[in-house]
Amino acid sequence: MSIYGFLHRSALKQLPECLNEAGYRCIGPRVREGAVTFGELTSIDDLPRGVGDEQRPAHYRLGEREDERLFAWAVGPQGLKSWLFTPRETLWRSRRDDDGRLYFETGSPADDRPLAAIGVRACDLAALRLQDAHFLEREPDPGYRKRRAGLFLVAVDCTHPAETCFCHSTGDGPACESGFDLALHELDDGFIVHAGSEAGERVAARLPLLPVGEEQEAARRDQQRAAIDAQQRALPGRNLRDALFANLDHERWQAVAERCLSCANCTSVCPTCFCHSHEEVPDLDGRTSEHLRQWDSCFTEGHSYIHGIVIRAETPERYRQWLTHKLGSWHDQYGRSGCVGCGRCITWCPVGIDLTEEATVICAEAGDD
Amino acid sequence: MTDERKPRVAVHKFSSCDGCQLAFLNLGPDLLRLAELVEIVHFAEAGPSNPDADVDIAFIEGSVSTPDERERLRRIRAHSGFLVTIGACATSGGLQALRNLRDSESEWREAIYARPEYIDSLAHATAIREHARVDLELWGCPVDGRQVLAAVRALLFGVPPVEERDKVCLECKRHQTVCVMVARGEPCMGPVTRTGCGALCPRFGRDCYACYGPAEGANTTSLAHRFEGLGLAPEAVARRFHFIHSGQEPFTGAGNEAAGIIPGKAR
Repeated sequence: MSIYGFLHRSALKQLPECLNEAGYRCIGPRVREGAVTFGELTSIDDLPRGVGDEQRPAHYRLGEREDERLFAWAVGPQGLKSWLFTPRETLWRSRRDDDGRLYFETGSPADDRPLAAIGVRACDLAALRLQDAHFLEREPDPGYRKRRAGLFLVAVDCTHPAETCFCHSTGDGPACESGFDLALHELDDGFIVHAGSEAGERVAARLPLLPVGEEQEAARRDQQRAAIDAQQRALPGRNLRDALFANLDHERWQAVAERCLSCANCTSVCPTCFCHSHEEVPDLDGRTSEHLRQWDSCFTEGHSYIHGIVIRAETPERYRQWLTHKLGSWHDQYGRSGCVGCGRCITWCPVGIDLTEEATVICAEAGDD
Repeated sequence: MTDERKPRVAVHKFSSCDGCQLAFLNLGPDLLRLAELVEIVHFAEAGPSNPDADVDIAFIEGSVSTPDERERLRRIRAHSGFLVTIGACATSGGLQALRNLRDSESEWREAIYARPEYIDSLAHATAIREHARVDLELWGCPVDGRQVLAAVRALLFGVPPVEERDKVCLECKRHQTVCVMVARGEPCMGPVTRTGCGALCPRFGRDCYACYGPAEGANTTSLAHRFEGLGLAPEAVARRFHFIHSGQEPFTGAGNEAAGIIPGKAR
């Protein structure tokens, strides 16, 4: 029987304290540069109390709310991706001695303490499962594996989806079903807490949990229903592979490319995109060198460069690559679509290109044929 | 490099503010290490003056804006193995190329100088590549010391330097900077601008002003429309594209289109 109870709002401060005592470094949502992003938490007061957000294509603004809620906003530009698949990482260093012998050493991790992330949404839990599939199966990535192994996840049900959200249509939210250590559902006066792992049970056992009342259960159901009803966007299906690949010559690819800046903002904020490039950075003396891995994107020319040829030189081909991979060939690779409905690519596209709209137009014709 | 002779390097100045030469001087300890690896035979701002020496690598700062500079560049090209332009002026004409837009060189000269007859300048201020073969261009206003050192290191290895052509946005996101355009409505040039600066301006909360010039595949038309959507007047949109690299397509055309300028006609 897993632990399930109600935590009064005033007692939430004990959660990061418990996690710190258990040896975790806590991160959670904080307001930084006008957005909610994950950052180091020193206390519960760092959380965005009474902060709301307004999102639409190419637009993100924070605002004040008239209540004390801590999680009454939809996801900001950054999920868990940057904490596990780091934007730039030294994979190894090499050194050449006077006799020409080469020596290699692995890149040093910045902080060895395991991480506890508070405030992870259902879409980001789904994205994490996809990143795990990419980085941990077959040839596990050592850095990712190490950071992932220690990760403690405090999920929070999404009660305030943005105009750009569509996780209900992808089946990934707004409520957190699995894949967490602890899950919270925020109500006016506190949180319904639910342990989802043994590590979660151990932490929950130290919190002053009360029984969950019938009214609280009803409020939770109402909020979950409202979070689904609030979503205005949807993908036209959960498996668009055949529809997309039947439309590789659709005129829409050209039309969207006239707006697309090929700037890689969408792939960078996407919590499942995993493309990266490698770079060798030699020291000036020519004896030592750092080998870096850094985020790349199918929207760069280097991404499709093969020995003297850029395969996807133009934007229509790059946008098509992104959409047909994300919503199409991802099914062959990982058994599902690569989209978790977080809507970040819509909000953070500088010109507001809407993936759900593009997919709907491009896939509509397949049904007509 | 195992031969006994150190590669010889020159740093030349043309029409410019000297800021890119300062990028060399600001390298600090790396400048001393550089001086151990190469022989700096000409760098007037730092001391050595030997403008006509034969060199393996010549760095050139500044645009060509006088007949004398045109001639001097011919001599440098003839005496140099690998020619690298550094900074906005050398790669696109820089700020001084703004005068090309109005075809009014004589008008400016009369308005600015007390004794305009002493000024001997060309009708247009232009990039080095308009006058001589250039082997590598390092962009930026000013250039980034890291890029300069990486180029020297690659040439010492005998390999072509890696060219950075992606947009600023990708680097901005690697730094997890919050987008100043989406979150604040700033008219950021990052989506069309070449990377290399480390997304310096957005990381300090301001919009990119495109000092590294156009990135590969820059969609200036779409970004100009977006700027209009953010409330910028046509003249303001034109200034965004013409500010540092008015002499470089597609920025020249994008700015002209926004301002309704017909090339070659003074307004």
